[in-house]
Amino acid sequence: MIPGDFDYLRPKTKSEALVMLRDGGDEARPIAGGHSLIPMMKLRMAAPEKVVDLGGLADLKHISIEKDITIGAATTQHQLIESGALFDACPILRETALLIADPQIRYCGTLGGNVANGDPGNDMPALMQCLDASYIIESASGKREIKARDFYHAAYFTALETGELITAIRFKTPEAGHGYSYQKLKRKVGDYATAAAAVTLSMSEDNVTGASVALTNLADTPLYVAEAADILTSSPLSADTIKEAVKAAEAMMAPAADGRGSSEYRTRMGGVMVQRAIEAAVERADKTPKKGGLFGWLRG
Amino acid sequence: MADTNIPTIQERTDQLEGIGCKRKRVEDVRFTQGRGNYVDDVKLPGMLFGDFVRSPFAHARIKNINKDSALAVPGVVAVITAEDLIPLNLHYMPTLAGDVQAVLAHEKVLFQNQEVAFIVAKDRYAAADGVEALTIEYEELEPLMDPYKAMDENAPVLREDLEGKTEGAHGPRTHHNHIFTWTAGDEAATQQAFDKADVVVKEYLAHPRVHPCPLETCGSVADMNPITGQLTLWGTFQAPHVVRTVASLISNIPEHKIRVIAPDIGGGFGNKVGVYPGYVMSIVGSIVLKKPVKWIEDRMENLSTTAFARDYHIEAELAATKDGKILGMRSHVLADHGAFDACADPSKYPAGMYHICSGSYDIGAAFCSVTGVYTNKAPGGVSYRCSFRVTEAVYTIERIIEVLAIKLGMDAAELRQKNFVQPEQFPYTSAFGWEYDSGDYPTAMKKAMDAIDYDDLREEQSKMVDDFKAGKSREIMGIGVSFFTEIVGAGPSKNCDILGIGMFDSCEIRVHPTGAAIARLGAKSQGQGHETTFAQILASETGIAADMITIEEGDTDTAPYGLGTYGSRSTPVAGAAAARAGRKIKYKAQLIASHLLEVHHDDLEWDVDGFAIKGAPQKRKSMKEIAWAAYNNVPDGMEMGLEAVDYYDPPNFTYPYGAYFCVLKIDVDTGVYKIERFYALDDCGTRINPMIIEGQVHGGLTEAFAVAMGQLIDFDETGNVIGASLMDFFLPTAVETPHWETDHTEVPSPHHPIGAKGVGESPHVGGVPAFSNAVNDAFRPFGGIQTHMPHTAANIWAYAKSLGLTDQ
Repeated sequence: MIPGDFDYLRPKTKSEALVMLRDGGDEARPIAGGHSLIPMMKLRMAAPEKVVDLGGLADLKHISIEKDITIGAATTQHQLIESGALFDACPILRETALLIADPQIRYCGTLGGNVANGDPGNDMPALMQCLDASYIIESASGKREIKARDFYHAAYFTALETGELITAIRFKTPEAGHGYSYQKLKRKVGDYATAAAAVTLSMSEDNVTGASVALTNLADTPLYVAEAADILTSSPLSADTIKEAVKAAEAMMAPAADGRGSSEYRTRMGGVMVQRAIEAAVERADKTPKKGGLFGWLRG
Repeated sequence: MADTNIPTIQERTDQLEGIGCKRKRVEDVRFTQGRGNYVDDVKLPGMLFGDFVRSPFAHARIKNINKDSALAVPGVVAVITAEDLIPLNLHYMPTLAGDVQAVLAHEKVLFQNQEVAFIVAKDRYAAADGVEALTIEYEELEPLMDPYKAMDENAPVLREDLEGKTEGAHGPRTHHNHIFTWTAGDEAATQQAFDKADVVVKEYLAHPRVHPCPLETCGSVADMNPITGQLTLWGTFQAPHVVRTVASLISNIPEHKIRVIAPDIGGGFGNKVGVYPGYVMSIVGSIVLKKPVKWIEDRMENLSTTAFARDYHIEAELAATKDGKILGMRSHVLADHGAFDACADPSKYPAGMYHICSGSYDIGAAFCSVTGVYTNKAPGGVSYRCSFRVTEAVYTIERIIEVLAIKLGMDAAELRQKNFVQPEQFPYTSAFGWEYDSGDYPTAMKKAMDAIDYDDLREEQSKMVDDFKAGKSREIMGIGVSFFTEIVGAGPSKNCDILGIGMFDSCEIRVHPTGAAIARLGAKSQGQGHETTFAQILASETGIAADMITIEEGDTDTAPYGLGTYGSRSTPVAGAAAARAGRKIKYKAQLIASHLLEVHHDDLEWDVDGFAIKGAPQKRKSMKEIAWAAYNNVPDGMEMGLEAVDYYDPPNFTYPYGAYFCVLKIDVDTGVYKIERFYALDDCGTRINPMIIEGQVHGGLTEAFAVAMGQLIDFDETGNVIGASLMDFFLPTAVETPHWETDHTEVPSPHHPIGAKGVGESPHVGGVPAFSNAVNDAFRPFGGIQTHMPHTAANIWAYAKSLGLTDQ
């Protein structure tokens, strides 16, 4: 548990950081909260020659809420939890952040670090897929955007190229009155999920007018359950449609057996989490009748 | 010159803060301010740092070690392998169990993470770089991971060093992977009891491999002074004097040239009883390099190499009449000891005190056998917060009695009550030959059952069963009962020794002229609060206020020889030595007082903190006055000074007991449980400091909770250790830890000088079966009989599923 030798760089501006990452190439790694990278370095599973600390970059710490919500990548989990405006606009972020690790870690851990690392145990990637977020990616030579739903290729393998940095995360501000729930089964405080599910949905009376379901730690990447939206919006909500959505989610899952349980158990728990998240989201959703087509939230 | 204004007896008693006082822990002043002094705080000029290269394989032949690459790392000063130790005859070291253990692997590695080479460097980082750089070539061999296959005819030979050795430390070896088979009790009488019984139950009970996992890992700093030939060894030692003797025996350094210092210790729980390769290698490194060498293991090394606990595979049987009178008890255990037998037990007992497994019940006939085998796992077998194998023993009886209750259709508490050893039977000799010193089990049980409203709980449980069966609820409820009797305070030298040294303990007191004092003991606190409680015993015995007494332990140059702290032995043994040393002080003080007051000493009586003339309480000498006189005005022929030393060899063990109840609810669809209540009634005899007792009970229950509900050191088929980090190994935080309700009765030990029995381990020993019984009890109404620890959500769910309660 002792890391090898490395150079520590602390840029003062974003552009300085991007140049350092470009110059460092494959041997440079950005560090924010450090809760993934430092343990890997102590185990010598990661041995970057240069560590570029983003801690001094004020322009990566911000939360803006308009038609879209934009969050700077270096915003800490604690700041997500503390923001009342963010809670009002998108309460599932706080609900999810509160289930990450413990307060000490949340003071350091960042949203950008959580989504960038490609660790299937991290909670924010599935939530970002659920919210259909985009990652704003910058490098010394330019800027691009990629959907969270397209970002993850395999465990620790993502669309991020050498020299690139996620600088912000952006998603459409959810409709007022939407229902939401992040359900996470874990062995103890600080643990990764045995299984977890993020659900947002909108309702008009008994009808689900829009829904999104994504899963944490049930495969080697986060999983967006595209089918679930169709199932839930296809007919008035019932135990059967929920069960069908659960089945569709379970069909995608392929968790490894580990200390949290067998693959069978974790898959089944994935199903239970989806079911409970849908039920909780339905409970929270504003069910006032809405006119068809308005805001584009109706299916079709 | 009698005092004219003597405070009242009560005022003087309060001022002493003696036995029974909820005195605040004096050691916490430094611990809560970050001013403890642990082994890693020891920093010496020129100190070097050692680190191990460990085996990636569970079983492999070492083909080649090339030191050059590691020696080329800047800062690395030495690379030591078994080849270097052979000329010193140090490549193996003796274990406490009569086996030997490789200090560095020679020719073969026998478990994953076994120590293969020791890198010494100028700083900790360079040592780790050297570890990474060293190249070792291995040839993998077939690993043996299943203890049930260890004695198969074609099982791989693990210990080539034992080839041809048919006699082990505990009798004949019948197979190359056999360590010992040990029995206790009367096999024929037990068979007869089973033959005539109406009802017989038999069940397999697993007590999986776990680890004590103290907050501070193991470590040492060795400083061999090349000029004086003096070795000073700081380390995480629960038994520093034993370490000194063992170090002398294996190094041939004369014992007076070795000073062992155990500074503050951050928890032991059995992990710091044994002698580990790291300690030996820091000594070797210091001798070879003529500089101090520090070795501190990290968390993964701690969990995967130093001192596992349990790993008992138990077959338990009970025989009873149809109305529930238990006639006989039998148990066969297969004990997985890993690659070397490094169990920490009194030398005569390879399975410790496992034969306390007839429990709190009057059972006419009993027999047990334990067979130890080698596997490709780390050595250990320590007593994790319990006296030697007592948790395993209590788990055996407290689980199998539940199975008997099911078979008889009886309530589990009622069956226990029916079979209790009765108060008038004490001292009670069990079928295994132990003499239980004192107790009143029915009173303790009744008090506990009243406190938790046992009948109401059973009613609530039955209603929840109805609701579940009616489809109204997905939750079930379990009530776990445990009534345990421990055997602690090892121990009488007629039973107990370690490498031939009797398991006495000691206390030496020096009273200073001003009436303050220092006392040193052979025990060694790892968080138990000895500096607080031993001063309280001495305060009551000598009349010197606890605040005026310094307690010191852990330095073998100053403390009297003792066998250390584990197995709840500090209060029963060292505490007794303290009381008796205090009485010696008091006796001399009485003679001095009689001289000062010019009366015969029989005409004096003790009055809390001094002696007064009988019938004239105003004519008295306080201990403060007597202490002063001890240095200037003693009777003719008496030596000056006021000092005493006592070495106490206890006449018997002590037998603390308790009644524990756990109430939990289980969501059968996830296996997630919630502990609704946990009530613990302990009887540890005389209570020295109720606040410390409560803290001990809280800690022990938390570790019992951890073991029963989550802890496991597991392996895959190829021998990779799984779960050896705090990501997986279950250490409950404040969030998971249930609320504890504590209670007590107080039946003193008749043979202990102050009647105390020890309490630190009771909550662990009694707690493990209480949790496990609660989980099992939840499934009893649905046909469940036995599901195994650890009761993780995943395991509970799988059991619920196997009974058809979920996921159908």
